[in-house]
Amino acid sequence: MVAEWFRQLKESANVNLTIFYDRFDGLTYLNGLATTVKLSAACLVLSVVFGIGGAWLQRSGWAPLRWLVNGYVAFFRNTPPLAQLYFFYFGVGSIMPLIPDGAGGTHRLFDNFQWAVISMSLFAGAFNVEIFRAGIEAVPKATTDAAEALGYSRFKAYIHIVLPLAFRISLPALNNNLVTMVKGTTIAYAIGVPELLTASATIWNASTNIPEMMNVLMITFLALVGILVVVMHRIERALHIPGYNR
Amino acid sequence: MSRPFAVLLPFRPGDGLAGIAGYRADRRVAAGLALAAGLILVHAAAHAATAGAKPAILETLWRWTPFLLGGFVWNIVISALAMAVGTALGFLLGIAQISQVRAVRAPSWFATQLLRNAPWLVLLFYCMYLLPFQLHVFGTRIGIPDWLKAAFGFALPVMAYVSEIVRGAIRSIPAGQWESAEALSFTRSQTIWMIIIPQCLKRMLPAWMNLYAIVTMASVLANVVGVSEGLTAAREMLAAEQRVELLLPVYAYVLLWFFAYCYPIARATVFLERRWAVAH
Repeated sequence: MVAEWFRQLKESANVNLTIFYDRFDGLTYLNGLATTVKLSAACLVLSVVFGIGGAWLQRSGWAPLRWLVNGYVAFFRNTPPLAQLYFFYFGVGSIMPLIPDGAGGTHRLFDNFQWAVISMSLFAGAFNVEIFRAGIEAVPKATTDAAEALGYSRFKAYIHIVLPLAFRISLPALNNNLVTMVKGTTIAYAIGVPELLTASATIWNASTNIPEMMNVLMITFLALVGILVVVMHRIERALHIPGYNR
Repeated sequence: MSRPFAVLLPFRPGDGLAGIAGYRADRRVAAGLALAAGLILVHAAAHAATAGAKPAILETLWRWTPFLLGGFVWNIVISALAMAVGTALGFLLGIAQISQVRAVRAPSWFATQLLRNAPWLVLLFYCMYLLPFQLHVFGTRIGIPDWLKAAFGFALPVMAYVSEIVRGAIRSIPAGQWESAEALSFTRSQTIWMIIIPQCLKRMLPAWMNLYAIVTMASVLANVVGVSEGLTAAREMLAAEQRVELLLPVYAYVLLWFFAYCYPIARATVFLERRWAVAH
Protein backbone atom coordinates (compact mmCIF):
# COMPACT_ATOMS: atom_id res chain seq x y z
CA MET A 1 0.00 0.00 0.00
CA VAL A 2 2.73 2.43 1.04
CA ALA A 3 4.81 1.23 -1.89
CA GLU A 4 1.89 1.93 -4.22
CA TRP A 5 1.52 5.45 -2.86
CA PHE A 6 5.22 6.25 -3.45
CA ARG A 7 5.00 4.79 -6.96
CA GLN A 8 2.08 7.15 -7.59
CA LEU A 9 4.18 10.01 -6.19
CA LYS A 10 6.83 9.30 -8.78
CA GLU A 11 4.29 9.32 -11.59
CA SER A 12 2.38 12.39 -10.47
CA ALA A 13 4.93 14.65 -8.74
CA ASN A 14 8.18 13.22 -10.18
CA VAL A 15 9.52 12.62 -6.66
CA ASN A 16 11.31 9.31 -6.99
CA LEU A 17 11.73 7.79 -3.52
CA THR A 18 12.85 4.32 -4.61
CA ILE A 19 13.68 3.21 -1.08
CA PHE A 20 9.96 2.98 -0.27
CA TYR A 21 8.88 0.80 -3.19
CA ASP A 22 12.01 -0.85 -4.58
CA ARG A 23 12.91 -3.81 -2.38
CA PHE A 24 16.60 -3.73 -3.24
CA ASP A 25 17.04 0.01 -2.67
CA GLY A 26 15.03 -0.22 0.55
CA LEU A 27 17.22 -3.01 1.90
CA THR A 28 20.39 -1.14 0.88
CA TYR A 29 19.20 1.88 2.83
CA LEU A 30 18.15 -0.13 5.89
CA ASN A 31 21.51 -1.87 5.87
CA GLY A 32 23.18 1.55 5.71
CA LEU A 33 21.11 2.74 8.65
CA ALA A 34 22.03 -0.35 10.67
CA THR A 35 25.73 0.12 9.84
CA THR A 36 25.66 3.79 10.84
CA VAL A 37 23.96 2.93 14.13
CA LYS A 38 26.47 0.13 14.82
CA LEU A 39 29.38 2.39 13.86
CA SER A 40 28.10 5.22 16.08
CA ALA A 41 27.43 2.92 19.03
CA ALA A 42 30.87 1.29 18.82
CA CYS A 43 32.63 4.67 18.51
CA LEU A 44 30.53 6.08 21.33
CA VAL A 45 31.53 3.35 23.78
CA LEU A 46 35.18 3.16 22.69
CA SER A 47 35.70 6.95 22.66
CA VAL A 48 34.29 7.26 26.19
CA VAL A 49 36.62 4.44 27.30
CA PHE A 50 39.57 6.26 25.66
CA GLY A 51 38.47 9.49 27.32
CA ILE A 52 38.23 8.00 30.82
CA GLY A 53 41.43 6.00 30.40
CA GLY A 54 43.33 9.00 29.04
CA ALA A 55 42.09 11.27 31.83
CA TRP A 56 43.27 8.64 34.35
CA LEU A 57 46.71 8.30 32.74
CA GLN A 58 47.01 12.09 32.59
CA ARG A 59 47.11 12.12 36.38
CA SER A 60 49.78 9.41 36.45
CA GLY A 61 52.85 10.06 38.57
CA TRP A 62 55.15 9.01 35.74
CA ALA A 63 55.87 12.07 33.59
CA PRO A 64 56.59 10.34 30.22
CA LEU A 65 53.16 8.69 30.39
CA ARG A 66 51.53 12.08 30.93
CA TRP A 67 53.47 13.51 27.99
CA LEU A 68 52.35 10.64 25.80
CA VAL A 69 48.69 11.25 26.65
CA ASN A 70 49.14 15.01 26.17
CA GLY A 71 50.83 14.37 22.84
CA TYR A 72 48.01 12.06 21.78
CA VAL A 73 45.36 14.64 22.71
CA ALA A 74 47.16 17.55 21.03
CA PHE A 75 47.92 15.56 17.88
CA PHE A 76 44.51 14.00 17.34
CA ARG A 77 42.61 17.19 18.10
CA ASN A 78 44.62 19.21 15.60
CA THR A 79 44.70 16.94 12.56
CA PRO A 80 41.85 16.22 10.12
CA PRO A 81 39.80 13.12 11.02
CA LEU A 82 39.68 12.04 7.38
CA ALA A 83 43.49 12.18 7.12
CA GLN A 84 43.63 10.13 10.33
CA LEU A 85 41.28 7.60 8.82
CA TYR A 86 43.46 7.29 5.69
CA PHE A 87 46.54 7.06 7.88
CA PHE A 88 45.06 4.15 9.82
CA TYR A 89 43.29 2.32 7.02
CA PHE A 90 45.88 2.68 4.23
CA GLY A 91 49.00 3.46 6.30
CA VAL A 92 48.85 1.34 9.44
CA GLY A 93 46.62 -1.18 7.66
CA SER A 94 49.42 -1.87 5.16
CA ILE A 95 51.74 -3.21 7.87
CA MET A 96 49.13 -5.29 9.70
CA PRO A 97 49.79 -9.05 9.69
CA LEU A 98 47.99 -11.23 7.14
CA ILE A 99 45.53 -13.71 8.60
CA PRO A 100 44.32 -16.80 6.76
CA ASP A 101 40.54 -16.66 6.35
CA GLY A 102 40.10 -20.43 6.30
CA ALA A 103 39.03 -20.50 2.63
CA GLY A 104 42.54 -20.54 1.21
CA GLY A 105 42.90 -16.74 1.01
CA THR A 106 44.23 -14.23 3.47
CA HIS A 107 43.07 -10.86 4.75
CA ARG A 108 44.59 -8.11 6.86
CA LEU A 109 43.96 -7.81 10.57
CA PHE A 110 41.04 -5.35 10.94
CA ASP A 111 38.68 -4.60 8.03
CA ASN A 112 37.47 -1.14 6.97
CA PHE A 113 34.62 -1.07 9.50
CA GLN A 114 36.99 -1.88 12.35
CA TRP A 115 39.51 0.72 11.22
CA ALA A 116 36.74 3.30 11.01
CA VAL A 117 35.76 2.49 14.60
CA ILE A 118 39.37 2.67 15.82
CA SER A 119 40.22 5.87 13.96
CA MET A 120 37.06 7.80 14.82
CA SER A 121 37.14 6.64 18.46
CA LEU A 122 40.72 7.87 18.79
CA PHE A 123 39.68 11.24 17.34
CA ALA A 124 36.59 11.66 19.53
CA GLY A 125 38.47 10.11 22.47
CA ALA A 126 41.09 12.89 22.33
CA PHE A 127 38.31 15.42 22.89
CA ASN A 128 36.79 13.23 25.60
CA VAL A 129 40.10 13.16 27.51
CA GLU A 130 39.99 16.94 27.77
CA ILE A 131 36.28 16.89 28.67
CA PHE A 132 36.77 14.33 31.46
CA ARG A 133 39.89 16.10 32.69
CA ALA A 134 37.90 19.30 33.10
CA GLY A 135 35.22 17.28 34.92
CA ILE A 136 37.76 15.66 37.25
CA GLU A 137 39.34 19.04 37.99
CA ALA A 138 35.90 20.36 38.93
CA VAL A 139 35.50 17.71 41.66
CA PRO A 140 36.34 19.52 44.93
CA LYS A 141 39.64 18.64 46.57
CA ALA A 142 37.80 18.16 49.87
CA THR A 143 35.89 15.24 48.34
CA THR A 144 39.06 13.35 47.37
CA ASP A 145 40.61 14.21 50.73
CA ALA A 146 37.57 12.76 52.45
CA ALA A 147 37.86 9.58 50.36
CA GLU A 148 41.52 9.29 51.32
CA ALA A 149 40.66 9.77 54.99
CA LEU A 150 38.18 6.90 54.70
CA GLY A 151 40.98 4.65 53.49
CA TYR A 152 40.22 4.57 49.74
CA SER A 153 43.22 3.83 47.55
CA ARG A 154 43.89 6.25 44.69
CA PHE A 155 42.40 3.87 42.13
CA LYS A 156 39.33 3.02 44.22
CA ALA A 157 38.70 6.69 44.99
CA TYR A 158 38.92 7.41 41.25
CA ILE A 159 36.41 4.68 40.38
CA HIS A 160 33.93 5.15 43.21
CA ILE A 161 34.15 8.84 44.12
CA VAL A 162 35.83 11.05 41.52
CA LEU A 163 34.62 9.47 38.29
CA PRO A 164 30.89 9.33 39.12
CA LEU A 165 30.93 13.03 40.04
CA ALA A 166 33.21 14.05 37.16
CA PHE A 167 31.06 12.12 34.70
CA ARG A 168 27.99 14.13 35.69
CA ILE A 169 29.86 17.41 35.37
CA SER A 170 31.22 16.37 31.96
CA LEU A 171 27.91 15.23 30.49
CA PRO A 172 26.83 18.44 28.66
CA ALA A 173 30.22 18.78 26.93
CA LEU A 174 30.26 15.03 26.24
CA ASN A 175 26.85 15.25 24.57
CA ASN A 176 28.11 17.90 22.17
CA ASN A 177 31.14 15.82 21.29
CA LEU A 178 29.07 12.68 20.75
CA VAL A 179 26.74 14.57 18.39
CA THR A 180 29.79 15.74 16.42
CA MET A 181 31.02 12.15 16.37
CA VAL A 182 27.76 10.71 15.04
CA LYS A 183 27.78 13.35 12.28
CA GLY A 184 31.42 12.47 11.64
CA THR A 185 30.69 8.78 10.95
CA THR A 186 29.88 9.83 7.35
CA ILE A 187 33.63 10.02 6.62
CA ALA A 188 33.68 6.21 6.71
CA TYR A 189 32.23 6.60 3.19
CA ALA A 190 35.78 7.41 2.06
CA ILE A 191 37.01 3.89 2.86
CA GLY A 192 33.88 2.15 1.61
CA VAL A 193 32.13 1.23 4.85
CA PRO A 194 28.51 0.60 3.78
CA GLU A 195 27.00 3.24 6.10
CA LEU A 196 24.18 5.65 5.29
CA LEU A 197 26.09 7.97 2.95
CA THR A 198 27.58 5.03 1.02
CA ALA A 199 24.16 3.39 0.80
CA SER A 200 22.60 6.65 -0.42
CA ALA A 201 25.33 7.11 -3.02
CA THR A 202 24.77 3.55 -4.25
CA ILE A 203 21.04 4.23 -4.57
CA TRP A 204 21.31 7.61 -6.29
CA ASN A 205 23.88 6.26 -8.72
CA ALA A 206 21.58 3.40 -9.70
CA SER A 207 18.25 5.19 -9.62
CA THR A 208 19.42 8.73 -10.54
CA ASN A 209 17.36 10.35 -7.79
CA ILE A 210 20.08 12.51 -6.25
CA PRO A 211 17.97 15.36 -4.76
CA GLU A 212 15.41 12.99 -3.21
CA MET A 213 18.03 10.71 -1.65
CA MET A 214 19.99 13.70 -0.32
CA ASN A 215 16.92 15.00 1.46
CA VAL A 216 16.18 11.54 2.85
CA LEU A 217 19.79 11.29 4.03
CA MET A 218 19.63 14.71 5.66
CA ILE A 219 16.36 13.94 7.45
CA THR A 220 17.71 10.57 8.63
CA PHE A 221 20.78 12.21 10.16
CA LEU A 222 18.74 14.97 11.79
CA ALA A 223 16.53 12.24 13.29
CA LEU A 224 19.54 10.23 14.50
CA VAL A 225 21.11 13.31 16.10
CA GLY A 226 17.73 14.23 17.58
CA ILE A 227 17.33 10.77 19.15
CA LEU A 228 20.85 10.93 20.57
CA VAL A 229 20.21 14.38 22.08
CA VAL A 230 16.94 13.22 23.67
CA VAL A 231 18.52 10.03 25.08
CA MET A 232 21.54 11.88 26.46
CA HIS A 233 19.25 14.47 28.00
CA ARG A 234 17.29 11.69 29.69
CA ILE A 235 20.52 10.19 31.03
CA GLU A 236 21.61 13.61 32.24
CA ARG A 237 18.38 14.04 34.15
CA ALA A 238 18.38 10.50 35.53
CA LEU A 239 21.93 10.88 36.86
CA HIS A 240 21.29 14.27 38.41
CA ILE A 241 22.04 14.31 42.13
CA PRO A 242 19.57 16.58 43.90
CA GLY A 243 21.33 19.52 45.48
CA TYR A 244 24.69 18.73 43.91
CA ASN A 245 25.89 21.14 41.31
CA ARG A 246 29.60 21.69 41.10
CA MET B 1 69.56 29.16 40.38
CA SER B 2 66.53 31.26 41.19
CA ARG B 3 64.93 33.32 38.47
CA PRO B 4 65.97 36.98 38.44
CA PHE B 5 63.31 39.64 38.81
CA ALA B 6 61.28 40.01 35.62
CA VAL B 7 62.32 43.69 35.32
CA LEU B 8 65.97 42.66 35.22
CA LEU B 9 65.46 40.35 32.24
CA PRO B 10 66.70 41.83 28.97
CA PHE B 11 63.93 42.96 26.61
CA ARG B 12 63.52 40.65 23.65
CA PRO B 13 61.37 41.89 20.82
CA GLY B 14 58.81 39.39 19.67
CA ASP B 15 58.31 37.76 23.06
CA GLY B 16 54.68 38.78 23.15
CA LEU B 17 54.04 37.69 19.59
CA ALA B 18 55.64 34.31 20.18
CA GLY B 19 53.36 33.92 23.17
CA ILE B 20 50.28 34.69 21.13
CA ALA B 21 51.24 32.39 18.30
CA GLY B 22 51.76 29.65 20.85
CA TYR B 23 55.30 28.85 19.83
CA ARG B 24 56.50 28.79 23.42
CA ALA B 25 58.55 25.74 24.26
CA ASP B 26 55.63 23.58 25.06
CA ARG B 27 55.78 20.03 26.31
CA ARG B 28 52.59 19.13 24.55
CA VAL B 29 53.69 20.21 21.13
CA ALA B 30 57.04 18.53 21.69
CA ALA B 31 55.37 15.31 22.77
CA GLY B 32 52.86 15.43 19.92
CA LEU B 33 55.48 16.06 17.27
CA ALA B 34 57.79 13.45 18.77
CA LEU B 35 54.99 10.91 18.57
CA ALA B 36 54.37 11.50 14.88
CA ALA B 37 58.01 11.98 13.91
CA GLY B 38 58.85 8.85 15.88
CA LEU B 39 56.31 6.86 13.86
CA ILE B 40 57.85 7.98 10.57
CA LEU B 41 61.42 7.41 11.73
CA VAL B 42 60.77 3.95 13.18
CA HIS B 43 59.06 2.96 10.00
CA ALA B 44 61.76 4.47 7.83
CA ALA B 45 64.45 2.70 9.83
CA ALA B 46 62.62 -0.60 9.60
CA HIS B 47 62.63 -0.36 5.83
CA ALA B 48 66.09 1.17 5.39
CA ALA B 49 67.65 -2.29 5.31
CA THR B 50 65.20 -3.74 2.79
CA ALA B 51 65.04 -0.68 0.54
CA GLY B 52 68.14 -1.67 -1.43
CA ALA B 53 68.53 0.35 -4.60
CA LYS B 54 65.38 2.44 -4.02
CA PRO B 55 65.83 5.92 -2.51
CA ALA B 56 65.33 6.17 1.25
CA ILE B 57 61.89 7.04 2.54
CA LEU B 58 62.89 10.34 4.14
CA GLU B 59 64.61 11.39 0.92
CA THR B 60 61.47 10.57 -1.08
CA LEU B 61 59.29 12.55 1.35
CA TRP B 62 61.64 15.52 1.06
CA ARG B 63 61.60 15.38 -2.73
CA TRP B 64 57.78 15.39 -2.82
CA THR B 65 57.33 18.08 -0.15
CA PRO B 66 56.82 21.00 -2.58
CA PHE B 67 54.16 18.97 -4.39
CA LEU B 68 52.36 18.11 -1.15
CA LEU B 69 52.49 21.72 0.02
CA GLY B 70 51.06 22.78 -3.33
CA GLY B 71 48.04 20.63 -2.50
CA PHE B 72 47.95 21.93 1.05
CA VAL B 73 47.61 25.50 -0.29
CA TRP B 74 44.19 24.47 -1.64
CA ASN B 75 43.09 23.49 1.86
CA ILE B 76 43.97 26.98 3.01
CA VAL B 77 42.26 28.64 0.01
CA ILE B 78 39.06 26.62 0.41
CA SER B 79 38.89 27.07 4.18
CA ALA B 80 39.65 30.80 4.02
CA LEU B 81 36.95 31.35 1.41
CA ALA B 82 34.45 29.24 3.35
CA MET B 83 35.23 31.24 6.49
CA ALA B 84 34.83 34.58 4.69
CA VAL B 85 31.48 33.69 3.10
CA GLY B 86 30.23 31.76 6.14
CA THR B 87 31.15 34.51 8.59
CA ALA B 88 29.44 37.25 6.57
CA LEU B 89 26.22 35.26 6.14
CA GLY B 90 26.36 33.74 9.62
CA PHE B 91 26.68 37.18 11.19
CA LEU B 92 23.43 38.29 9.59
CA LEU B 93 21.76 34.99 10.50
CA GLY B 94 22.88 35.38 14.11
CA ILE B 95 21.45 38.87 14.35
CA ALA B 96 18.24 37.65 12.69
CA GLN B 97 18.03 35.05 15.47
CA ILE B 98 17.52 37.76 18.09
CA SER B 99 15.08 39.73 15.96
CA GLN B 100 11.90 40.92 17.66
CA VAL B 101 9.90 39.87 14.62
CA ARG B 102 8.84 36.26 14.97
CA ALA B 103 8.67 35.77 11.20
CA VAL B 104 12.42 36.55 11.03
CA ARG B 105 13.49 34.87 14.26
CA ALA B 106 11.85 31.47 13.75
CA PRO B 107 13.17 30.69 10.23
CA SER B 108 16.70 31.84 11.09
CA TRP B 109 16.66 29.67 14.21
CA PHE B 110 15.47 26.75 12.10
CA ALA B 111 18.11 27.31 9.40
CA THR B 112 20.83 27.50 12.04
CA GLN B 113 19.76 24.26 13.74
CA LEU B 114 19.35 22.47 10.41
CA LEU B 115 22.82 23.37 9.14
CA ARG B 116 24.47 22.89 12.51
CA ASN B 117 23.17 19.35 12.99
CA ALA B 118 23.69 18.03 9.47
CA PRO B 119 26.93 16.16 8.73
CA TRP B 120 29.48 18.33 6.90
CA LEU B 121 30.00 15.70 4.25
CA VAL B 122 26.27 15.58 3.47
CA LEU B 123 26.14 19.38 3.06
CA LEU B 124 29.22 19.14 0.84
CA PHE B 125 27.49 16.52 -1.33
CA TYR B 126 24.46 18.81 -1.57
CA CYS B 127 26.55 21.64 -2.95
CA MET B 128 28.63 19.48 -5.27
CA TYR B 129 25.63 17.79 -6.89
CA LEU B 130 22.94 20.44 -6.76
CA LEU B 131 24.84 23.63 -7.61
CA PRO B 132 25.11 24.26 -11.35
CA PHE B 133 28.56 23.84 -12.91
CA GLN B 134 28.10 27.04 -14.87
CA LEU B 135 26.10 30.23 -14.65
CA HIS B 136 24.47 32.23 -17.41
CA VAL B 137 24.94 35.92 -16.73
CA PHE B 138 23.86 38.32 -19.50
CA GLY B 139 24.33 35.67 -22.14
CA THR B 140 27.88 34.72 -21.13
CA ARG B 141 28.67 31.42 -19.51
CA ILE B 142 30.70 31.52 -16.33
CA GLY B 143 32.01 28.16 -15.19
CA ILE B 144 31.99 27.39 -11.48
CA PRO B 145 35.08 25.37 -10.59
CA ASP B 146 34.71 22.42 -8.23
CA TRP B 147 36.79 23.96 -5.47
CA LEU B 148 34.49 26.99 -5.39
CA LYS B 149 31.48 24.73 -4.96
CA ALA B 150 33.30 22.88 -2.19
CA ALA B 151 34.11 26.18 -0.47
CA PHE B 152 30.43 27.06 -0.57
CA GLY B 153 29.62 23.61 0.82
CA PHE B 154 31.84 24.32 3.83
CA ALA B 155 30.43 27.85 4.15
CA LEU B 156 26.99 26.40 5.02
CA PRO B 157 27.95 24.78 8.35
CA VAL B 158 30.31 27.70 9.07
CA MET B 159 27.33 30.02 8.66
CA ALA B 160 25.36 28.06 11.27
CA TYR B 161 28.26 27.94 13.73
CA VAL B 162 28.97 31.68 13.34
CA SER B 163 25.26 32.34 13.80
CA GLU B 164 25.36 30.53 17.15
CA ILE B 165 28.59 32.28 18.17
CA VAL B 166 27.03 35.69 17.42
CA ARG B 167 23.82 34.83 19.27
CA GLY B 168 25.76 33.56 22.29
CA ALA B 169 28.00 36.63 22.37
CA ILE B 170 25.05 39.02 22.14
CA ARG B 171 23.30 37.18 24.96
CA SER B 172 26.43 37.42 27.11
CA ILE B 173 26.33 41.24 27.02
CA PRO B 174 24.75 42.48 30.29
CA ALA B 175 21.19 43.80 30.00
CA GLY B 176 22.38 47.10 31.46
CA GLN B 177 24.03 47.91 28.12
CA TRP B 178 20.71 47.56 26.31
CA GLU B 179 18.88 49.58 28.94
CA SER B 180 21.40 52.44 29.01
CA ALA B 181 21.34 52.60 25.21
CA GLU B 182 17.57 52.80 25.31
CA ALA B 183 17.73 55.51 27.98
CA LEU B 184 20.04 57.48 25.66
CA SER B 185 17.36 57.07 22.95
CA PHE B 186 19.38 54.87 20.62
CA THR B 187 17.14 52.95 18.23
CA ARG B 188 17.30 49.16 18.35
CA SER B 189 19.44 48.82 15.24
CA GLN B 190 21.75 51.60 16.46
CA THR B 191 22.09 49.79 19.79
CA ILE B 192 22.96 46.53 18.07
CA TRP B 193 25.49 47.91 15.60
CA MET B 194 27.07 50.70 17.69
CA ILE B 195 26.97 49.33 21.22
CA ILE B 196 26.40 45.58 21.39
CA ILE B 197 28.32 44.23 18.37
CA PRO B 198 31.58 46.14 19.09
CA GLN B 199 31.62 44.56 22.56
CA CYS B 200 30.82 41.14 21.13
CA LEU B 201 33.73 41.04 18.65
CA LYS B 202 36.32 40.41 21.34
CA ARG B 203 34.25 37.65 22.95
CA MET B 204 33.67 36.00 19.59
CA LEU B 205 37.28 35.92 18.42
CA PRO B 206 38.49 32.78 20.28
CA ALA B 207 35.46 30.75 19.20
CA TRP B 208 35.86 32.05 15.65
CA MET B 209 39.54 31.06 15.53
CA ASN B 210 38.64 27.62 16.84
CA LEU B 211 36.09 27.36 14.03
CA TYR B 212 38.73 28.32 11.48
CA ALA B 213 40.95 25.45 12.66
CA ILE B 214 37.96 23.08 12.40
CA VAL B 215 37.20 24.27 8.85
CA THR B 216 40.82 23.83 7.79
CA MET B 217 40.71 20.27 9.07
CA ALA B 218 37.32 19.68 7.44
CA SER B 219 38.56 20.95 4.07
CA VAL B 220 40.20 17.58 3.38
CA LEU B 221 36.66 16.23 2.97
CA ALA B 222 36.74 17.92 -0.45
CA ASN B 223 39.02 15.05 -1.46
CA VAL B 224 36.08 12.66 -1.08
CA VAL B 225 34.03 14.54 -3.68
CA GLY B 226 36.94 14.77 -6.12
CA VAL B 227 38.34 18.25 -5.44
CA SER B 228 42.15 18.40 -5.42
CA GLU B 229 43.75 19.37 -2.12
CA GLY B 230 46.45 18.19 0.29
CA LEU B 231 45.22 14.65 0.77
CA THR B 232 44.67 14.28 -2.98
CA ALA B 233 48.27 15.33 -3.52
CA ALA B 234 49.36 12.62 -1.08
CA ARG B 235 47.33 10.00 -2.97
CA GLU B 236 48.75 11.16 -6.33
CA MET B 237 52.24 10.94 -4.91
CA LEU B 238 51.59 7.40 -3.66
CA ALA B 239 50.13 6.43 -7.03
CA ALA B 240 53.23 7.77 -8.80
CA GLU B 241 55.71 6.06 -6.46
CA GLN B 242 53.92 2.68 -6.30
CA ARG B 243 55.67 1.66 -3.08
CA VAL B 244 53.66 -0.01 -0.32
CA GLU B 245 56.20 0.89 2.38
CA LEU B 246 55.54 4.60 1.65
CA LEU B 247 51.85 4.45 2.66
CA LEU B 248 52.38 4.88 6.40
CA PRO B 249 55.07 7.59 6.32
CA VAL B 250 53.29 9.69 3.67
CA TYR B 251 49.99 9.83 5.56
CA ALA B 252 51.84 10.52 8.82
CA TYR B 253 53.70 13.32 7.04
CA VAL B 254 50.43 14.87 5.83
CA LEU B 255 49.06 14.69 9.38
CA LEU B 256 52.20 16.41 10.61
CA TRP B 257 51.70 19.33 8.22
CA PHE B 258 48.13 19.81 9.34
CA PHE B 259 49.27 19.64 12.94
CA ALA B 260 51.93 22.27 12.32
CA TYR B 261 49.25 24.58 10.87
CA CYS B 262 46.36 23.95 13.29
CA TYR B 263 48.17 23.53 16.60
CA PRO B 264 49.43 27.14 16.83
CA ILE B 265 45.87 28.33 16.12
CA ALA B 266 44.57 26.12 18.95
CA ARG B 267 47.24 27.47 21.33
CA ALA B 268 46.48 31.05 20.36
CA THR B 269 42.78 30.40 20.98
CA VAL B 270 43.45 29.10 24.50
CA PHE B 271 45.77 32.05 25.13
CA LEU B 272 43.14 34.61 24.06
CA GLU B 273 40.39 32.82 26.01
CA ARG B 274 42.47 33.04 29.19
CA ARG B 275 43.52 36.61 28.56
CA TRP B 276 40.04 37.87 27.77
CA ALA B 277 38.18 35.66 30.22
CA VAL B 278 35.10 37.55 31.36
CA ALA B 279 35.18 37.93 35.13
CA HIS B 280 31.97 36.64 36.69
